[in-house]
Amino acid sequence: MKIKQEVRDQIIAHAKADTPIEVCGYLAETDGLVDIAYPLINVDQAEDHYTLDPKEQFATIKKIREAGRKVSAVYHSHPETPSRMSEEDIRLAYDPTISYVIVSLAAEEPVVNSFKVRKGVVEKELVEVII
Amino acid sequence: MEIKVNGEAQVVEESNITVTNLLKVKDVEMPDMVSVQLNGEFVDRENYDTQIVKDQDEVEFLYFMGGGAQ
Repeated sequence: MKIKQEVRDQIIAHAKADTPIEVCGYLAETDGLVDIAYPLINVDQAEDHYTLDPKEQFATIKKIREAGRKVSAVYHSHPETPSRMSEEDIRLAYDPTISYVIVSLAAEEPVVNSFKVRKGVVEKELVEVII
Repeated sequence: MEIKVNGEAQVVEESNITVTNLLKVKDVEMPDMVSVQLNGEFVDRENYDTQIVKDQDEVEFLYFMGGGAQ
């Protein structure tokens, strides 16, 4: 995944702003470069769980499409745990077409990793930050 | 028939297809975990087997998105 530095910074800032609640949202790309984040509501408002609101999902995906972009990933934060797919993340990763990005605030420096999940098999992706 | 699926015009061989069968055609592996809008209105999951998609309809579907730290 190629992601603009400012977008990576934005999702880290989003995670920090709402910690200890998990945050979530979509990342969209233009010509293979993730160039915008769409913060969404975590309907669970929980410290260890997130769920997107389908109504907001549909509206955001239409907005992304109308802007000529493509959905690249869904991101969420792990305020207290590492940037890896948890058992629950894997179990609920139904969409094989997108990436799952996790922002961890567990260490002093935030960590952002990206994963693809197909039929329960997790593959970590290289995250290339473009300045 | 011609319909729009997730914003893209597509030709589906079967006319008057159910939502369930359309999701099968689109290779959706977990239809129970998908939300569907037909012409801008949510379709109740319990109606996926009976709701008919017709020529020129616009269908949007997306997967449930959630997870957790544990």
